Amino acid sequence: MAPKLQLAIYWAAACGGCDVAILDTDEKILDIAEAADIVLWPIAMDFKYEDIYKMEPGSIDVCLFNGAIRTSEQEEIAKALRARSKFMIAFGACAAWGGIPGLANLTNREEIFNTVYQETATTINEEDIRPDTNYPGPEGELHLPRIYDRVWSLDQVVNVDYYVPGCPPTPETIWTAILAIVTGNLPPKGTTIAGIKSLCDTCEREKTEKKITQFKRPFEIIADPKKCLLEQGLICCGPVTRDGCGHRCTNNNMPCRGCYGPSEKVSDQGAKLLNAIASIMDVKDEKSAQELAATWEDPAGTVYRFSLAKSLIYDYKKGGE
Amino acid sequence: MSDHKIGVYVCHCGSNINGVVNCAKVTEEIGKLGEVVVAKDYKYMCSDPGQEMIKNDIREKGLDRVVVAACSPRMHEPTFRRALEGAGLNGYLLEMANIREHVSWVTKDKEEATKKALSLVKGAVKRVKLHEPIEEREVPVTNTTLVLGGGISGIQAALQVAEAGHKVYLIEQKQYIGGNMAKFDKTFPTLDCAACILTPKMVDVGQSPNIELYTSSEVIKVDGYVGNFTVTVREKPRYINHDKCTGCGDCASACIMKNRIPHEFDEGLSKRSAAYIPFPQAVPLKAVIDDENCLLLTRKKCTLACVKACGAKAINFNQHETIHEFKVGSIILATGFDLFDAKRSPQYGYGKYPNVINGLQFERMTNASGPTSGHITLADGTEPKSVAVIHCVGSRDENYNKYCSRVCCMSSVKFAHLVKDHCDAEVYEFYIDMRTFGKGYEEFYNRVQEEGVHFIRGKGAEVAQKDGRLVVKAEDTLLGQYREIPVDMVILNTALEPRVDAEKVAQTLGISRSGDGFFMESHIKLDPVTTTTDGIYLAGCCQSPKDIPDSVAQGSAAAAQSLAIIATGKVKISPISASIDSEQCAGCQICIGLCTYRAIKLNEETLRAEINEAVCKGCGTCAAGCPSGAIKVSHFNDDQLLAQIEGVLA
Amino acid sequence: MNDKFEPKILGILCNWCSYAGADLAGTSRLRYPANIRIVKVMCSGRVEPTLILKAFQEGADGVLISGCHPGDCHYVDGNIKTLRRTPLVARLLTQIGIEPERFKQVWVSASEGERFGKIVEQMVEDIKKVGPYQKKMGDQLDVVMDEVAASAKEAAAAAEEKGGLNCGS
Repeated sequence: MAPKLQLAIYWAAACGGCDVAILDTDEKILDIAEAADIVLWPIAMDFKYEDIYKMEPGSIDVCLFNGAIRTSEQEEIAKALRARSKFMIAFGACAAWGGIPGLANLTNREEIFNTVYQETATTINEEDIRPDTNYPGPEGELHLPRIYDRVWSLDQVVNVDYYVPGCPPTPETIWTAILAIVTGNLPPKGTTIAGIKSLCDTCEREKTEKKITQFKRPFEIIADPKKCLLEQGLICCGPVTRDGCGHRCTNNNMPCRGCYGPSEKVSDQGAKLLNAIASIMDVKDEKSAQELAATWEDPAGTVYRFSLAKSLIYDYKKGGE
Repeated sequence: MSDHKIGVYVCHCGSNINGVVNCAKVTEEIGKLGEVVVAKDYKYMCSDPGQEMIKNDIREKGLDRVVVAACSPRMHEPTFRRALEGAGLNGYLLEMANIREHVSWVTKDKEEATKKALSLVKGAVKRVKLHEPIEEREVPVTNTTLVLGGGISGIQAALQVAEAGHKVYLIEQKQYIGGNMAKFDKTFPTLDCAACILTPKMVDVGQSPNIELYTSSEVIKVDGYVGNFTVTVREKPRYINHDKCTGCGDCASACIMKNRIPHEFDEGLSKRSAAYIPFPQAVPLKAVIDDENCLLLTRKKCTLACVKACGAKAINFNQHETIHEFKVGSIILATGFDLFDAKRSPQYGYGKYPNVINGLQFERMTNASGPTSGHITLADGTEPKSVAVIHCVGSRDENYNKYCSRVCCMSSVKFAHLVKDHCDAEVYEFYIDMRTFGKGYEEFYNRVQEEGVHFIRGKGAEVAQKDGRLVVKAEDTLLGQYREIPVDMVILNTALEPRVDAEKVAQTLGISRSGDGFFMESHIKLDPVTTTTDGIYLAGCCQSPKDIPDSVAQGSAAAAQSLAIIATGKVKISPISASIDSEQCAGCQICIGLCTYRAIKLNEETLRAEINEAVCKGCGTCAAGCPSGAIKVSHFNDDQLLAQIEGVLA
Repeated sequence: MNDKFEPKILGILCNWCSYAGADLAGTSRLRYPANIRIVKVMCSGRVEPTLILKAFQEGADGVLISGCHPGDCHYVDGNIKTLRRTPLVARLLTQIGIEPERFKQVWVSASEGERFGKIVEQMVEDIKKVGPYQKKMGDQLDVVMDEVAASAKEAAAAAEEKGGLNCGS
């Protein structure tokens, strides 16, 4: 019998959905267990940091790392795991492009702290106590990780070998990735293990020449299930988003939210989508363009829902790595 | 990917660039960049030795990419492309950095300029690495020409193309050809009668088997590109059957609106009927019914005297506008000018005092076939004893047009002569500067000076009425004296302005206008006939005010341009076009509506978009809009632009 | 400090009107600040926000897009697509934290050399007021980053002595 795969699963700035998604492979989880020894999975089993530090370099075959990097602790562990893993896999949208936590980059730490520790209606914090990295506790000085001013994707902090996209990745996507690893049938490094083209490629909705006369939000209309959602004024991220999710949203008459990240040739998911949508706005003069654009509630949050941290404007490696 | 061998050539352009930019330093710095194997600076890179230097380096050092830092690529990109091609390298493996127009000519600080030049060259080097060879596309040429405007320059152009044996469609907005020149009496400096020299040409147009003339017509749409334009023309109804009308004028005499409508051809100095012949020598010599004044057409009520009078039964009130479509290889624009409306300068009393007239009205007055049969008369029918001519009305004036209208000095001198000739009145010319620069012009001016005309150097400031006479007020700058000169008649020599529809025409044809509103040429000195749109040429006053000799010359020049592309039989069109990678296209169809030329279509079988590259003009809007990154515009693809941006900001 | 600050501006100009307008500024020997670096595209309709973001990523302090006036586009209506994008791009940039002074889209015709110079001048002046653009670096400065990393390591070392980190899960 071939030696079992040494598998680590870790989470950083994430919601836990990615871990649950692994369980969502249903009975295949047993096949995973058959093929792999899970050497680290903090959300499912008890592990301490020392367990990681004790591991030899290369002792982990595959690390499925989900979640973005938001704190010094997350960065440190990411680096520690990278040093010990043969394959580092950015698992899920947050690890791959910052995901939802990455939207925090629209603001900064200071403002986030203001909101969380001062401004919310339920907060009373007269002494204005804020998290600090050092705290003189009764048992001695305590150290807390520092929260960074911005959110990083995993590959902005460490080298990443493969990307498994999704929020969370679908069981099919996960299984494809695991099969590829187990069988050693691996694509070139840096590949995103999903489709190549955009979601529109396999979308069966009827498409025609596009024109947007009004922006609509999903709760405002019941979309025609047969027609292209974009043509109905809903901002569907399908045109710039990688295929491979199985159309879970669009099949349920909801526009694509972009969680599979940019398709192969798209360098900046948000910029491309914003541009594509602007291009088909049915206006011919500056004034109507202003007016129509103003009715789009949150352009940055919509087009960069999952990939803001990897927007060109933020995309460089941390510490010039 | 293996390394490129890039040659960088920095041009001094004499002192134009080197006087501000430290070319040697730029060259030295650029020479340090990776993949740059040659970096040289030279006095005039566009000169033969300069080009030879590049060619030799390509041959000897095996350069595969070239950067020329010099003037604007709009100036010499074709030159250097040819140089590359001469050495066996594809012309598109060149990138130019514009360090003259964008750097040395706009920057004072030498250090700043050198820094900026260096950035631009760095951008060019980064970009050129990603250049790909592109083959220029050649397309066959339709050997027909469309001339828009039937004034003297349009006529000249049309005749020359037709005489060379090629078909011309001559489109004129008015009901007749001849334009403004047809209204003139004598022409400076030789005093030929305008009709005598123009009418034969007009007749030639009417008779040429190669010219199809469309009057009362306008261009409403232009599609296509050089060599292959499709022009849509709307011909308005004249309500006269051209084939039957003999031009006898019986309808005009019978029309019950006779002598009730101001006659445009006579600049309102005479009255005409609603059915009329524009002027006796008109080509085509056919009647026209004016639908704004004809009682039947406006009020549906008339005795139809014209119909009864027409022996040829040529009148047809059921005519409708006709739409024509012409396939042409090139277009010559000769739409002429509008005369500045002197009412816009109220200080001269035009429209207020009946004896204040404009130059064109004076032309009609002195014209033997004009409203006064060639007599210079005041409103009361008597001859003037003194006449003032005011130059530069609406020209060389901050409030209206800053430019000089070029013809007014000479025509004013001509007016003076004609007044002397017709009625021997005293003539006072009020001028700012006398500009008599053409062949035989200064001599003519001297001759008129000798005729006893008073030349007063000072712009006419105001025309007032005093004791029943007109008074011209002006500062005589030679005497340094304020003067008021009483006269019987004032001729305002008004500016030549862009036509009122110039903007519309420019938009229809997709050409630019210069700041003064006239159509813009490719290069004001070296290419005054072509526009920035290949295959569209300019002739006459639509480009800038001109006298007759210059208009004729430009008409011929435009004809030569048009004949040149017919002679070669094919034209090179920009190879910059978009293409779709069907491996990447997801069939979302966002691009389809973005193409104004309809070059993108969905392949119904594969459900992928496809581009017809022959129709594509290479603007790149589709590439920008494509969310899949599947569309690539050659020479302006993402990678090239991103690399250049990186370089210029480095 | 801002007195010395010379902003770097990227200009992306269409070939037919604006680039020619910038050329005219040159042939007319007008002076304007050397802060702008011009990149040519065939049509302003080619300018996608990716190029703009790239410019900021590469350290531009401002981006100027210029095309033919609406109605005068060499490609009929390429600039109409430009004007559709502008308000959304402007909003996106503002949301990302890039001040409105740093992004400008204008129309400059081939005859408006003087105007082009004035626009550049104004933009340089406006950007000087808002100061240099800083990429939204993690903790603003790498120096801070290093400090953080050091303090984290210290903490880890201290914790290891005590037999385990006292942070995280």
